[in-house]
Amino acid sequence: MTASKSDIRLSVQQVRKVYGAGSRNEVEAVRSLTFDLHAGEFACLVGPSGSGKTTLLKCIAGLLDPTSGEVVLDGRRVSGPAEGMAVVFQEYSRSLFPWLSVEDNVELPLKTSGVPKAERKARVKDALDAVTLSHAAKSYPWQLSGGMQQRVAIARAVASNPSVLLMDEPFAAVDAQTRGELEDLVREVWKRLDMTILFVTHDIDESVYLAERVLVLSSSPTIVQADIHIDLPDVRSQADTRSLHRFGELRHQVYEEVQFAKTNPGGERMSVRDGLPS
Amino acid sequence: MIVLKRLALWFGLPAILIAVWWAFTAQGVNFFVPKPDKLANTFVTVWFSEKFFTDVMPSMGRLLISLAVSLVLGVALGIAIGLSRTLRWLLEPLLEFIRAVPSTILIPVLLLLIGINDAMKITVIVLGCLWPILLNTIEGVRSLDEVLKNTALVYRLRGFDRIRYLVLPGASPLIMAGIRHSLAVGLILLVVSEMFASTDGIGYSIINFQNRIAIPEMWSGIFLLGIIGVLLSVVFQAIQKRVLGWYYGLKEASNDG
Amino acid sequence: METQTPILSSVAVSTLPTRGHTARRAAQWTAAGPYVLGVAGILAALIAWELFSAFGPVSQHHLPPPSVVIPTFLNNFTFTQFWLTVGQTMWAWFLGLTLATFGGLAVGLLIGSSSLLRTGTHTTVEFLRPIPAVGLIPLAALLFGPRIGAELLIVVYGCFWIVMIQAMYGITDIDKVADDTVRTLRMTWLQRVRHLVLPTLLPYLMTGIRLAATVALILAISSELIVGTPGIGRAVAQAQLNDNPAAMIALILTSGLLGILVNLIFRFIERKVLFWHSSVRSEVAA
Ligand SMILES: Nc1ncnc2c1ncn2[C@@H]1O[C@H](COP(=O)(O)OP(=O)(O)OP(=O)(O)O)[C@@H](O)[C@H]1O
Ligand SMILES: [Mg+2]
Repeated sequence: MTASKSDIRLSVQQVRKVYGAGSRNEVEAVRSLTFDLHAGEFACLVGPSGSGKTTLLKCIAGLLDPTSGEVVLDGRRVSGPAEGMAVVFQEYSRSLFPWLSVEDNVELPLKTSGVPKAERKARVKDALDAVTLSHAAKSYPWQLSGGMQQRVAIARAVASNPSVLLMDEPFAAVDAQTRGELEDLVREVWKRLDMTILFVTHDIDESVYLAERVLVLSSSPTIVQADIHIDLPDVRSQADTRSLHRFGELRHQVYEEVQFAKTNPGGERMSVRDGLPS
Repeated sequence: MIVLKRLALWFGLPAILIAVWWAFTAQGVNFFVPKPDKLANTFVTVWFSEKFFTDVMPSMGRLLISLAVSLVLGVALGIAIGLSRTLRWLLEPLLEFIRAVPSTILIPVLLLLIGINDAMKITVIVLGCLWPILLNTIEGVRSLDEVLKNTALVYRLRGFDRIRYLVLPGASPLIMAGIRHSLAVGLILLVVSEMFASTDGIGYSIINFQNRIAIPEMWSGIFLLGIIGVLLSVVFQAIQKRVLGWYYGLKEASNDG
Repeated sequence: METQTPILSSVAVSTLPTRGHTARRAAQWTAAGPYVLGVAGILAALIAWELFSAFGPVSQHHLPPPSVVIPTFLNNFTFTQFWLTVGQTMWAWFLGLTLATFGGLAVGLLIGSSSLLRTGTHTTVEFLRPIPAVGLIPLAALLFGPRIGAELLIVVYGCFWIVMIQAMYGITDIDKVADDTVRTLRMTWLQRVRHLVLPTLLPYLMTGIRLAATVALILAISSELIVGTPGIGRAVAQAQLNDNPAAMIALILTSGLLGILVNLIFRFIERKVLFWHSSVRSEVAA
């Protein structure tokens, strides 16, 4: 974890988002969010329901224009879906193209960005291997279980070799067993491909298990309320890591912050514990 | 046994109906209703002759060309209007009015403007068939799934790629529904336009038989229209099954879940 | 630095209201846009027609401009004969649609309620249904001559199948689960019909009738055009014989207006019926 100012990959600067600005029913979803993600970092974003996590992710992905503030990716201001960014949505069944087979779904972004055919095939194969879905390449998404569909979405995201991967509560709708497997899968892919991941979840255990850093959002209007460094061993496993004493401590700490966040809109205090990675 | 039962179910009623028809016409000579065997004979002699080339083929040609034109125009305009809010606002009331005009009434005016030729008939048929396809395409484009649209944005599907991989397939279930409607409308307009002003075609032949009080021949024409209708719907359903295979699978999967 | 701060803050202050201002503008446009642009679209079409008529490739006599047609169209409203013609078309339309609805409903319910009947009639229905109703025009002309009977035969034949098929779908679709639930509640036959059969059937039926209503208008006018039964269709054919294109186009505008009227009526009825339908649904749920 050696990070310097120069390898900041994603920078979120005072992002504010007001829905329906100017109309009678304005909603200030996000008040002012500021944080940086370094190259190769795995960060989780937790916060109460309705605290603007999805909104923030959409602003970062370039799907929404922030009302004010800016998102900077690799030194360039984001003003629309940017190259080098991939998103895995929560609604996996609606984010895969139902008229394309699994492999065609994974291949499509490569095809439209002009990757030569031979390389395309190889990358699709690698991505499907990575999520252990090679056997289902010719199936249609709707013929697969929920967990498998989400794995297809992950394969599609990593096949395009993104430098930043955004994931919005990707495992909220799969069963606990599958969820554990998918969590390990994401960490494995992250390590192998050296991506920066911003992972939104409302599951505290999941955030501590997955990330190196947990950002806790306050409830709406939203700011970053806490930024917690997760100093767990790099190699993690469902059984061992979760039973570590330190895991319990960190979980408790995040839990406290989330509890505080629920009752404190616009977070009156800014607590930085265990330091930012320096 | 099961096969027999199925055959009985499929062909039982038609057989009974034909028997009743036979019994009814065998009694005496009914001026308006020919005997079944007479009708069958007439059907073969009338339509399996050079009339097949001079009347059936031109009619089918007009219908298929008009459907193709309506499909291309309807889908292209539908996508443009569906994707652009400004275009939608601009054209909605106008389209609402034009669509509401019962298209057969345009025949006399188009006759004046274009003359008695294929272009007139094709224009009439297109003016009827266009709307179901156009409106369904607009609706299909507008009801594209929000998450899917965001996915396409994130993976930077733009311009033609976006239309080819997202918009067209996403709207295809509704487009197909529009086409099915157009088939029925198209056949109506074909027949009326040929009846009103033509020198050949199935509609012209039927009205000609009526004027000559050639009753069995007239009936054979009506039956021919029925056969064409059945053929069109069989072909359409086969195409639809291919094009929308994914859609039926998806629907079945989400009904189970 | 000190001189810069006020400038910066004044910029900040002045940008905030502009943002709010443009946002409010956008909201206003969302509300008014459809009307403004919709009227603009119609005006543009009229102007294009006027210009095409004056400078286009067809003679102005064959395609009179809106400045000629619209006065004719409005003038029509003062003639009793015009209203009589419109009335004749709408009367045939109404009668044909009503007959087709009751016939289609009765037969559709009968066939739809038994799977044996459904399979048994399948081939016959699939052959008779695609025969375009206008194919029967010569038969109708022979049987009735240019009288309303001919028009009714065609309208009823065309619309009957549409309503029948929808009624069949509706009755087949009655939810098995809901059926069981209601059965365990020991409802009487009448209550079952009211709380289960009708709510499921009505949306299908309304769709069928609405589709049939538009088709009925097309068929009525087609028959008037070709058989010469009295109504707008015949009036157009006569105007053509009299070489009076302005009158023809005015009548076409009238028919479009009638089409819109039919759509509006059915949208209204549907809203009423579906409202009733949902209220019944919630009664069952409670
Ligand atoms: N399109 C929209 N228009 C208006 N308000 C919106 C819109 N989308 C979200 N909001 C509001 O913005 C706030 C934040 O919503 P958002 O979906 O970002 O929250 P979230 O943190 O993702 O919640 P969850 O955990 O439930 O997914 C909510 O109050 C929501 O009602
Ligand atoms: Mg969310």
